[in-house]
Amino acid sequence: MKLLNTRELSSIKQFIISTAIILTIALIAFFFKELIGYKVVALILLMALSLIAMLFEIKPVLFSALLSSLIWNFFFIPPIFTFHITSTEDGLMFLLYFIIAFVNTVLSFKIRKEEKKARQKEKEVEQIQLYNTLLNSLSHELRTPISTIIGSVDTLQDSSIHLNEHQRKELLCQIDTAGIRLNRQVENLLNMSRLESGILSPSFEWCETNELISKVIHDFPAMHQEKIKFVPNETIPLMKIDIGLMEQIIHNLLHNSIQYAGENNKITIDSIFEKNVWKLTISDTGKGIDQQYIDKIFDKFYRVPNSKTGGSGLGLSIVKGFVEMQNGNVYAKNNSNTGVSFTIELPVDVSFISNLKNE
Amino acid sequence: MNKAEILVIDDEPQIRKLLEITLESNNFIVRLAENAKQGIQLAANHPPQLILLDLGLPDKSGHEVLKELRLWYDKAIIILSVLNHENDIVQALDNGASDYLTKPFRTAELMARIRSAIRQNNNVIVNSKSTCDDLEIDYSARTICKNGESIKLTNTEFNLLALFFKNEGCVLTHQFILKEIWGVGYQTETHYLRVFIGTLRKKIEVDFHQPKHIITESGVGYRFI
Repeated sequence: MKLLNTRELSSIKQFIISTAIILTIALIAFFFKELIGYKVVALILLMALSLIAMLFEIKPVLFSALLSSLIWNFFFIPPIFTFHITSTEDGLMFLLYFIIAFVNTVLSFKIRKEEKKARQKEKEVEQIQLYNTLLNSLSHELRTPISTIIGSVDTLQDSSIHLNEHQRKELLCQIDTAGIRLNRQVENLLNMSRLESGILSPSFEWCETNELISKVIHDFPAMHQEKIKFVPNETIPLMKIDIGLMEQIIHNLLHNSIQYAGENNKITIDSIFEKNVWKLTISDTGKGIDQQYIDKIFDKFYRVPNSKTGGSGLGLSIVKGFVEMQNGNVYAKNNSNTGVSFTIELPVDVSFISNLKNE
Repeated sequence: MNKAEILVIDDEPQIRKLLEITLESNNFIVRLAENAKQGIQLAANHPPQLILLDLGLPDKSGHEVLKELRLWYDKAIIILSVLNHENDIVQALDNGASDYLTKPFRTAELMARIRSAIRQNNNVIVNSKSTCDDLEIDYSARTICKNGESIKLTNTEFNLLALFFKNEGCVLTHQFILKEIWGVGYQTETHYLRVFIGTLRKKIEVDFHQPKHIITESGVGYRFI
């Protein structure tokens, strides 16, 4: 609905455009006045007015109504070039013109108001659906680890159950994993609300990104680290980025790939710098993402249908939010052979000074 | 050896219980306080070797408590908090905290930090030499050896490493390091610092992309271990 956008123009522009329309049509009609007669001109002007009423806000439309009636009176109703009206018929027509123009304006304004209301309602319904999705996925994401903890502790505490050392360790390990998972969800939720509240503003600092990437990799358990291949790029300069946000971004992307790209997944991280843009690509060798869903994966709470349980649909939307906060962009693309690549492009300030003269 | 005494100031009973059991089983004497008032009083009556301080206390902000304690208490204070934003960490360290650990924490990590902070309490340089793993520093001769082999460092690099050695195990904020090495007025030049850390790492680390000695604390500073 491109037409609707005209109402978002500044009010001065709306006034200028609507006035221009009236003047142009009046000018054209003026030349053909003899041919069509001045009464038809009124209809033509009314038609133009209806068009304007569809496009613009009420004030410029009312103004156009007034302007067009005066123009019609001054330039078309004989005697022309006066506001004087001689015949009763012309007076009545001028009055009717004025009333129709006014009613026209008010009516189209009212219709639009209703439209707006309907749209708002639609939005509200959508919002409610979104919250329901949120609550469902949240309660699942939080309750699963909580049940694991409570259940495991019950079993460990039950004196009537005899557990061997291996089983005891297994349960403790479950509690441990559940705790980590809970913590990650809370972290995601906090990040999301920080993003949405708008209070988050990036703080740029010089960063040695090879080190940052290595550090994020090392925060993963050893069994996952083995899957990740990263060869530090020695030519990368120091760059100014928000280190905290970037850490979270890389973590979420790696976590995402570890979660969804299957057992034999190999993850490769490529970091290059060209033309003032830092380009970081994280690609895996999983199944890839069905092309029809690939644009949606960064949406909040969106999860690809039939994907593995666990996950809240927040991770990638936080990635997108954090990347955009640093004026960059992120996209996903299926690889030509197998798997998917996530690419982040960040415009950055750099420093190539790598060896200061020492005193 | 006498058992070291640790004061825990935290309003959450579960955390207090967890710390009490963990610390006692690691041979520390534990005192517990559930609010700022109690904590400051206990610290004054029985000055401990180390204080574990929560930032979110019911009666006073932990940052305030930290400042108040630092007026007279000169031993280690480790902050234990759910606040994990760099600004809170830097503020606490600038106010004199010896270290900062965010909740949830791993007990092994906590014990390591506690031991290193208590070691710092007694860290008076009597010897002109000190060692850390494969590194040995000689303050008076201004030399560094790695596995017995001498490493060539520039003046600034040596000063930087000496500063790290003297604060082994502690987080040093960027601002603190810049002020100590370059002097007042250089506090915003974190850029310099990163370059020097880079060259220093190349000289002293086995793999400088995965440093084992100079650890980055994102957005905060560095820790030497």
